[in-house]
Amino acid sequence: MAEIPLTHGLLLAVILFALGLLTVLARRNVVFILMGIEIMLNAAGLAFVLGGARWGAPDGQVLFILILAVAAAEVSVGLALVLQLHHRFGSVDVDAARQMRG
Amino acid sequence: MNMIFYLAALVAISSTALVVTSRNAIHALLYLIVSLFAVALIFYVIGAPLAAALEVIIYAGAIMVLFVFVVMMLNLGEQATAQERRWLQPRIWFGPAVLAALLLAELLYVIVAGASGERTIAPVSAHDVGMSLFGAYLLAVEVSAMLLLAALVGAYHLGQRMSSAED
Amino acid sequence: MIYDALWLVPLLPLIGFVCLTLLGGWLSRRAMAVLGVGSVALATALAFTIGYTFLTRPPATGHCTEVIGSWLAVGNLHVRFGLYLDALALVMMLVVTGVGLLIHLYSATFMAADSGYRRYFAYLNLFVASMLMLVLADNLLLLYLGWEMVGLCSYLLIGHDYADPVNGRAARKAFVVTRIGDAALLVGLLLLLAHWGTLQIQPLLGLAAQGWANGSALATVAAALLLTGAVGKSAQLPLQVWLPDAMAGPTPVSALIHAATMVTAGVYLIARLHTLFELAPAVQHAVAALGALTLLLASCSALLQRDIKRILAYSTISQIGYMFLALGVGAYAAALFHLMTHACFKAVLFLSAGVVINALDEEHDIYHMGGLGRQLPGTSLAFLTGAASLAALPLVSAGFYSKGLILAQTWNAPGMGVWLWTGGILGTLLTAIYIFRAFFVAFLGRPKSHARCGATAAEAVALVVLAALSVTAGFVEIPAGLGGGVQAFTGLVASALPPGPQPAHTGNLPALLELIASLTAVAGVLTAYYFFRYRPPAATAAGAHPITAAVGRLWQSGWGFDWAYERLFVRPLVMFTRANRHDAVDALFTGIAAGSRALHRGLSRTQTGRVRWYAAGIACGSFILIALMVLP
Repeated sequence: MAEIPLTHGLLLAVILFALGLLTVLARRNVVFILMGIEIMLNAAGLAFVLGGARWGAPDGQVLFILILAVAAAEVSVGLALVLQLHHRFGSVDVDAARQMRG
Repeated sequence: MNMIFYLAALVAISSTALVVTSRNAIHALLYLIVSLFAVALIFYVIGAPLAAALEVIIYAGAIMVLFVFVVMMLNLGEQATAQERRWLQPRIWFGPAVLAALLLAELLYVIVAGASGERTIAPVSAHDVGMSLFGAYLLAVEVSAMLLLAALVGAYHLGQRMSSAED
Repeated sequence: MIYDALWLVPLLPLIGFVCLTLLGGWLSRRAMAVLGVGSVALATALAFTIGYTFLTRPPATGHCTEVIGSWLAVGNLHVRFGLYLDALALVMMLVVTGVGLLIHLYSATFMAADSGYRRYFAYLNLFVASMLMLVLADNLLLLYLGWEMVGLCSYLLIGHDYADPVNGRAARKAFVVTRIGDAALLVGLLLLLAHWGTLQIQPLLGLAAQGWANGSALATVAAALLLTGAVGKSAQLPLQVWLPDAMAGPTPVSALIHAATMVTAGVYLIARLHTLFELAPAVQHAVAALGALTLLLASCSALLQRDIKRILAYSTISQIGYMFLALGVGAYAAALFHLMTHACFKAVLFLSAGVVINALDEEHDIYHMGGLGRQLPGTSLAFLTGAASLAALPLVSAGFYSKGLILAQTWNAPGMGVWLWTGGILGTLLTAIYIFRAFFVAFLGRPKSHARCGATAAEAVALVVLAALSVTAGFVEIPAGLGGGVQAFTGLVASALPPGPQPAHTGNLPALLELIASLTAVAGVLTAYYFFRYRPPAATAAGAHPITAAVGRLWQSGWGFDWAYERLFVRPLVMFTRANRHDAVDALFTGIAAGSRALHRGLSRTQTGRVRWYAAGIACGSFILIALMVLP
């Protein structure tokens, strides 16, 4: 099997996470924001699997599967909201939906 | 094998960076799929074949296809790309980039400072994962089933066209 | 045993009050009157039955106790609803119910046109019930409850015609001024409770008599506090200012307050707790001095009032002063005797004045009356008997015997007895002058106004009974100086109260004192006749001189007490209240409220509705949290 330091795998996960965060913060398009969230979730899953592999425990992959379920749920609701947003405001600009401000 | 890991990591990072900067939603999605494939490869390399398979089947297969459907339903054309160009000005990039870089630096510091230099990687078979999933984590599985059901109902409700009276 | 029904005496008027309050909306005016008068009538009948039993077959120990139930049980403090009947309580009970009943009866027709008929009778019943509870209570807390309820009822009844702000103001004044005394009384009770651990009157007095040395500081303080309470309730110096203003209430209410219920409470309190006062000679001397001073000051003020009800109000203050004088020299029986006769003649004076005022369409000024004797002969006769009794005309009036007893015992008091007696005699002279001034001006002479109507049947019954009592109530106690030696009253109360000061030497002196008192009263009447009937210009001329005019203005305003209190207490307090309108302490709390409101405004500005802004907030937060966790 591969002799990869755990640190390197985690570095990859962190970089992916930061890129996902950047997508969420910088893009105004809702579809891109959802993609950013997917990237962040995936990075988290990667970190879990790496941890599981380090200790030879199945728990890491179990949690990855749970994250997968969460991502699927999030994305289905999120995309339905995108459709509603587009239907109501004719735009995919997230700042169009600002009516709920305090 | 180490080479494969680093190569896949490079592919994942670069394709994700292209997702962040891409102006066309479909292009971005394709880059994202590439990134997910690369991560699946990494999973396989570090001895998690089940995770690798799920990454390909569910993430790249199911979730991304959902994205593609929605993007196509939105029918974002040329003017959407032009709008994205307007939105992606450096002054808009700058603040989020600084924030993300700060968080990244902090996390890197944590990881590097806590690095033990161990290299052992133990493969975990799909059988073990299955036994664990339907043994110790049975309750979590049930709860996620519930979550998925709720998401299904929610998506169905939100997805239907509201009558104009409610608008 | 009839004593077992004692608790019904205060309960019956209370039931009347409750029924009138709860059912009143469904009752006709006639039913209200029947309920209001009937409940007191039943209580009176019961009280007199008990009184008869008490006289014929007195309890073996001279008193009886009846416990209805427990009120409070906190730690070592057990307070019960207990009634205590001895000769003192009996006399008070009979006065309250008897006079109270006649006033109720009188009110039934007198108030017939009033819109607050039900309210009036409800409060009147409550008034009587409270006073009965006060006089029958076997512990000080129950007494205090009755005491406060009497104050409350007086407030409610003085302000009966609340539509006129003047009446409301008078009611508030009465309430607030008596409150000063009530607060002192409460402190006194708590002092006794803290020191002796009980509020049961008889055990407490026993403990105090054994435990406190004569004139000890604590006993003096306790007695002084109790005296302050009594002074407030009984309108003595320096808290007498509320009583003349209390005339704002309907006339029968004035009669009830002055004759039967409210102002006699202070006298009763001192008589009931006389053991404590005897332990504090300084306070007891103060009682006598206050009484003497009050009776003189109030008599002088009464001389110059034009309002017939104010004359009677000042006369009440001065007559209560006589009672305090008697209490101060230890002549408790005499004080109680005068209380009884005073209740009769003051009630008849007020009730007949009420008829007059009603007949003349709310005319209060005696100089706008005149010649009423021919227009309202019966009422005038009733007023005359009351006036004679108040002036203590010899032999034919109840007041003569009671006041004579007080004066005789005052003379015998050791120490300053002679001086107090002189004050009392001077008071007798002034009393005779002022009350007969009112009589001569209002009832004799040329008619100045037309009397619209006379007394109704119910009013007439009350007047006749009270007038008869004003003449005859004194015959139960004929002094030795007149050769009689009938001592029914002092004999009765001897079981509850110690005898008054005994004459140091006998001989012709008692007879001489009686003679002086009689002659003084007659002289007063003649003076009044000279100035106000025979040669009125002489009175005008006497009042025209600058000095007498100034003195007259001073007396008319009640010695300027209201003026002084207004400047000493009311205005500084009002000024302080104005200055502190926005409560200084409150600033802290309004500050907290304003601060959180500002914080809220600031934070709600961050709620922009931009999702990415929120995400950035979360990212910042996680950055800071991780920094706090991992960085040293």
